[in-house]
Amino acid sequence: MTLQDTRVFFIIALCLVAATPSACYADAKAGEALAKHGATAAAPCMQCHGANGEGQAAAGFPRLAGQNQAYLVKQLQDFSHGHRANPIMQALARTLSARQIRDAAEYYASLPAWQANKPVVLTPAAARGSQLARKGNWGKGIPACFACHGEKGVGIAPSFPALAGQNASYMSKQLSAWRTGARTNDPQGLMRSVAEKMRPDEIAAVSAYFENPQ
Amino acid sequence: MMPRWIKRLKQTRAFHPAWIALALLAIFVVAGVIALPALYAGAKAATPETLAPKLAATIQQQPKRPHFSPPLANAIPAGEFGDTIRLGRNIFTHTQIYAKSFVGNGLNCVNCHLDDGRKADAAPLWAAYVKYPAYRAKNHKVNSFEERLAGCFRFSMNGTAPAPDSKEMVALVSYSFWLAQGAPTGADLAGGGYRKLDKPPSAPDAARGAVVFAGNCVICHGAAGQGTKAGGKYAFPPLWGKDSYNAGAGMHQVRTAAEFIQANMPLGKGDTLSLQEAWDVAQYINSHQRPPKPRTK
Repeated sequence: MTLQDTRVFFIIALCLVAATPSACYADAKAGEALAKHGATAAAPCMQCHGANGEGQAAAGFPRLAGQNQAYLVKQLQDFSHGHRANPIMQALARTLSARQIRDAAEYYASLPAWQANKPVVLTPAAARGSQLARKGNWGKGIPACFACHGEKGVGIAPSFPALAGQNASYMSKQLSAWRTGARTNDPQGLMRSVAEKMRPDEIAAVSAYFENPQ
Repeated sequence: MMPRWIKRLKQTRAFHPAWIALALLAIFVVAGVIALPALYAGAKAATPETLAPKLAATIQQQPKRPHFSPPLANAIPAGEFGDTIRLGRNIFTHTQIYAKSFVGNGLNCVNCHLDDGRKADAAPLWAAYVKYPAYRAKNHKVNSFEERLAGCFRFSMNGTAPAPDSKEMVALVSYSFWLAQGAPTGADLAGGGYRKLDKPPSAPDAARGAVVFAGNCVICHGAAGQGTKAGGKYAFPPLWGKDSYNAGAGMHQVRTAAEFIQANMPLGKGDTLSLQEAWDVAQYINSHQRPPKPRTK
């Protein structure tokens, strides 16, 4: 190898090293633009997920703000590869590049997570949900939600999403989907094996609780 | 065609072959006289009275363990004793907060004793409480329940035990006592300890265990067994390394770990690993570095 060869080789290597972070780095600012204005073929996320990623309870569109990035990336990838079913999100995710998926996820992860409001009196369903969330129902082999999703459902990155502040209509729909096998993109079938053991009233109870966990 | 030797016997007339048939018949009759009453006795043995000795032998091999359910979690009484029970439960579930100074690693009691020490087949407190005082080969003496808990602090928690009359120890004993109320003293309760496992088809193997670990455990316990933290505290416990149980802990025995894993792991999916997988992954987990066994006093 001549001196010049070595030099060229060195410069190429340097360029590669310099290029790596920019290719891997997720840009929350770009994600914000995507969320607010959309892309050529993608509607803005905020149209359905709310101006601040708070979701739309009435329509059952989930809260995204403060959700961990790895979880959001995986969901978008799963939509785009058909591992998670939803006509709107599948079509939308397929138009996004891997880079755009990372950016959007980064943006929503950077938004403030759910914060406890002033204490409220739990409805009977939410109180039952609180019990299940904290202690589970080991008589039926149901572990506490807190055990994997963290205290008060704050989430444990990267695999266990935050539940705190999630709207009940979205959450009960997802739990029912795990239960019936309509949703199957959980790691190791962990969520399925729990949801299968839950009765519809138990699903309603925990969903009510996590809207405003105390 | 009569065999030649019988023909010869007939000719000699010294021995008539009919004797053979007669002898055989006699043997059958005698055997029948002996065997029939025995058969009849065997049929009679199916009644409970005559079966008793046989059953007793089976029970001795597989003792019938009485069932027990602890009181409801929200039934802790009000008042000072209730407060102490609640403190005991808090120490048990959040040992890192309520008994931090006695703990030398990142674990909480509830990591191995699931459901606040209530879950059957996860060494529940209610089953342990009625088994003490008891002789333990581990330290060659009769141990009080407090001494047994002290062992957990020294080995599983890699720390130092609170004194028997400390508020922490009194609270833990109170919580255990409350969970065990109504359970027969000295009984071997169903669901106590960990469920005994048969030996695996082949000897436990750490290399096979590594594959089981990657496929089932890493999501919570991390690729390096380091656990997962949330908010600075372990949300999923470390399985080896400086923040895990030390080499003197019960869980450091491959058999104990395999029994815990088989019945309880992955959380919510207990009894899904095969016998071999449970032993292999236990072998793998316990093949790593961890704090050494502390010297005995």
